[in-house]
Amino acid sequence: MAAANNPPDRKGLIVLSWVWVGAPLAYGLYELVLKARQLFTG
Amino acid sequence: MSPPVAPVGWSRWLVPPAALSVHLSIGQAYAWSVFKPPLESALHLSGTQSALPFQLAIVMLGLSAAFGGTLVERNGPRWAMTVALICFSSGFLLSALGAATEQYWLIVLGYGFVGGTGLGIGYISPVSTLIKWFPDRPGMATGIAIMGFGGGALIASPWSAQMLDSFGAGSSGIALAFLVHGLTYAVFMTLGVLLVRVPRTAAPQGDRPAVPEGVQVSARSAVRTPQFWCLWLVLCMNVTAGIGILEKAAPMITDFFAHTSAPVSASAAAGFVALLSAANMAGRLGWSSASDLIGRKNVYRLYLGVGALMYLLIALFGDDSKALFVLCALVILSFYGGGFATIPAYLKDLFGTYQVGAIHGRLLTAWSTAGVLGPLIVNWIADHQEKAGRQGASLYGLSFDIMIGLLVVGFIANELVRPVHPRHHVTAAKEVADGRREQPA
Repeated sequence: MAAANNPPDRKGLIVLSWVWVGAPLAYGLYELVLKARQLFTG
Repeated sequence: MSPPVAPVGWSRWLVPPAALSVHLSIGQAYAWSVFKPPLESALHLSGTQSALPFQLAIVMLGLSAAFGGTLVERNGPRWAMTVALICFSSGFLLSALGAATEQYWLIVLGYGFVGGTGLGIGYISPVSTLIKWFPDRPGMATGIAIMGFGGGALIASPWSAQMLDSFGAGSSGIALAFLVHGLTYAVFMTLGVLLVRVPRTAAPQGDRPAVPEGVQVSARSAVRTPQFWCLWLVLCMNVTAGIGILEKAAPMITDFFAHTSAPVSASAAAGFVALLSAANMAGRLGWSSASDLIGRKNVYRLYLGVGALMYLLIALFGDDSKALFVLCALVILSFYGGGFATIPAYLKDLFGTYQVGAIHGRLLTAWSTAGVLGPLIVNWIADHQEKAGRQGASLYGLSFDIMIGLLVVGFIANELVRPVHPRHHVTAAKEVADGRREQPA
């Protein structure tokens, strides 16, 4: 009964979904930083 | 299709990644320029011709957001994300076929028309849902999604370039790159389709959406209010001012310091452009979140008032100091991004959550207008100044004066925004009556 009343724990799904979108965004930001550094070094 | 209602215990923190999976994908549009040189050499196209798919896509973005907004509100975010996924991915697949058979019209039709339709529907798909999930922080919630549109180009630009390096820049290499893009984006956007849910309180009653509490205005009524057109002007002026810098950022910084003791190299100019992209993205999340604390009207006062001041500083002292020039340009670009991301929350404040997605879609025609206006002003004036024998910073002086004027117009429009007159408000009883009139026995 208790299990039926408690909604499922969605922490794993939350982490997975943020990694799904965060990983490509981190790649894009890394490439951006590499390019932006040229303003100071180029 | 009825909107997917969240089960008990569904976390609202699952909705921003759903929105991001769509916005990070469709933001690829701003990386179209990666495909231009290989297309020009493989299919013997001019620069104007190779820009056609992107231009048509942006026109279709505005049109589909404006005309598809009501459908998005009626059918819900899952339907909208599915349509966006199908259109955006099949646009790439059609383009792959076009590149493989060297039929350029198929690329224009696929990427521009079909893919562009996906851009508009995808752009507005999560807006109203996010606002309903985060009534306490609508600016932050829509800021996350709209930041994703800026981030999409950051991902796609190096990724597409690496793909073309691996597959080759001939027509078969381009076709393969388009194919991989179409399939990858379809898989990536699926997360949004699967995860998105509307909150239980926003569940529909019968075949019509529920009318929430508080001030609510339908999309049809909203476009008849002066508030809508004031905000249209605010967005148009803010975007035009941002594009004024973004469009010619690299040649602008080179021209400004060409005759000084510290000229800017081509690679440093590319670094400047990248830094502007970062400011644009950061502004989307940062300023939009700040608007939840300081208020929407105040944050637009900042974008438009301080934005005009930044342009003035560049015009007066920009060529004296590289640091000042870069700093002012970064602030302007952060305001440009912030302007995009804060507008849905401003609309929610004025018109309620009832049809905010559809109203946002109609307002995006201001973006299409600014997309034409901004580059036109800066390029036309710079060309004329060059013909008149001017050089360096003086090539842009008149453009900056015009930008300041446009920002002042936007500032005044923002000051004219008042609460919507109660005669435009929607009530549950009025909606039921309208529903009966639309469904004759």
